[in-house]
Amino acid sequence: MAAVESWSPEGRRMTPGAKLARTVMLFVSCAFLGLLLLAPLGAVLVQALAKGFGAWFEALHDPDTISSIKLTLLTAAIVVPANTIFGICAAWAIARFEFRGKSLLVTLIDLPFAVSPVIAGLVLVFMFGVHGWFGEWLLDHDISIIFAVPGIVIATIFISFPYVARELIPLMQQQGSDEEVAALSLGAGPWTTFLRITLPKIKWGLLYGVILCNSRVMGEFGAVSVVSGHVRGMTNTMPLQVEILYNEYNFVAAFAVASLLAMLAILTLVAKTLVEWRSGPGGH
Amino acid sequence: MAGGRFVSASPLPGFGLTFGFTTFFLSAVILLPLAAMVIRALGIPFSDLIDMLLDERAVASYRLSFGAAALAAAINAIFGFIVAWSLVRYDFPGRRLLDTMIDLPFALPTAVSGIALATVFSPTGWLGQKLALAGIQVAYTWLGVVVALVLIGLPFVVRSVQPALIEVRKELEDAAESLGAGGFHVFRRIILPTVLPALATGFTLAFARGIGEYGSVVFISGNLPFKTEITPLLIVIKLEQYDYDGAAALGFFMLAMSFVMLFAINLVQGWGQRRLGIGAGR
Repeated sequence: MAAVESWSPEGRRMTPGAKLARTVMLFVSCAFLGLLLLAPLGAVLVQALAKGFGAWFEALHDPDTISSIKLTLLTAAIVVPANTIFGICAAWAIARFEFRGKSLLVTLIDLPFAVSPVIAGLVLVFMFGVHGWFGEWLLDHDISIIFAVPGIVIATIFISFPYVARELIPLMQQQGSDEEVAALSLGAGPWTTFLRITLPKIKWGLLYGVILCNSRVMGEFGAVSVVSGHVRGMTNTMPLQVEILYNEYNFVAAFAVASLLAMLAILTLVAKTLVEWRSGPGGH
Repeated sequence: MAGGRFVSASPLPGFGLTFGFTTFFLSAVILLPLAAMVIRALGIPFSDLIDMLLDERAVASYRLSFGAAALAAAINAIFGFIVAWSLVRYDFPGRRLLDTMIDLPFALPTAVSGIALATVFSPTGWLGQKLALAGIQVAYTWLGVVVALVLIGLPFVVRSVQPALIEVRKELEDAAESLGAGGFHVFRRIILPTVLPALATGFTLAFARGIGEYGSVVFISGNLPFKTEITPLLIVIKLEQYDYDGAAALGFFMLAMSFVMLFAINLVQGWGQRRLGIGAGR
């Protein structure tokens, strides 16, 4: 979606009516986006620094907050690689082979995008919760998944499942497999072919998918909130910590954690734009 | 692998491994848990299930979730079109920055946009204060739900409409103008027909996202039963009260709605392709 071409009005004479239309359209766009996007983003930063930089810094040094940051990083360290490997496998199978039921498989991969995050958490309760399918077995073996870290990880895998796959599938379909076939016929092994031919071809698309996946993983709220149990210092990710602090009217601390997540969002947008720019038109 | 009936012959290796891992992972993480909830819901006696789904509080929550999502998607269809138009048709300082900003609702964690909107629109907030003077309260009313869903749905509409607007054939517009057609006439007869399928797709995507949205809504909505309680929140409440059957019933309903939305999105996209294929004479 990068490189959106614009019609430059230069070179075409603009009638007074067209000029007025342009002014009105630009004004409405800026006002709408200003109110909807910039005001909330500004509010996060202003509220976070409402009592000064020291209070912001102090709030982030709270042990429960630090543990929520650690849990978010841990979750991302497990979920992002898992969904990346899945995405590469799915794209290889779907883009390189013709098999029955392919379009059904593609639809099912996209399913988590269509399902409410709350449902993503809820279904895990019916799997791993006390009254769930594996509830008794897990209880007997003293394993907790719901209201514990494994549940958070699985719920996060659920909601960020399609990101890498859906970037790679169209990209690899469009690129075709002539080069891979050539490399194989010249005697390269499958791994060498993948690492030396396929990976360099898809690296920007892959990176793009990983960036989006990571952003969703670190920011997920609904699904994680259902399975976390909100145990302070134990099962709170950063977005859940934001909720708890906010509900306690500890606004400076809530917005301090939120400001970290907002910075992550801005970094994500910058990285995404750089990758779009680097991969060139047609890359996305 | 060659000669297999399930998969066509290919000189490439790795189908068994990648297909096997894909289907295993998909089944373990997505399909099996969904099945667990569906089976639980279908285990409820039918008349009880219907009672749970038609419960007064549940129906009030559907009305809010679906109504607010539809209204927000409609608002986005109008303003999203204007934004997309500005980004595609005009060159102005900061255009690229604005274009990047469109994806902010995707990138910003929903809990963050939730508390930020609640703060901005609360009766003492920057915008809430001004609106209060006009007698409008946004935070902790159904309007707050709509505002949150407008924020969440915006990128869907803009990103659907942008490529379609690039496709509008400028020659046609110029020809129409040179034949004396007014700006509105050109818009209605040339631009709108080309962009309409994309607009419909964006609307449906935004609507589908809106009915399931949770994080950005719960902070600004006030969460009053019968009044400002969305369906996903009602599911969470049932779960917290250990009403597993009630949660399963509503979850089953929402999942069914997700499938309906997926089907609707496919339908709208198919309609758009057919329409453009014939209409644009390509």
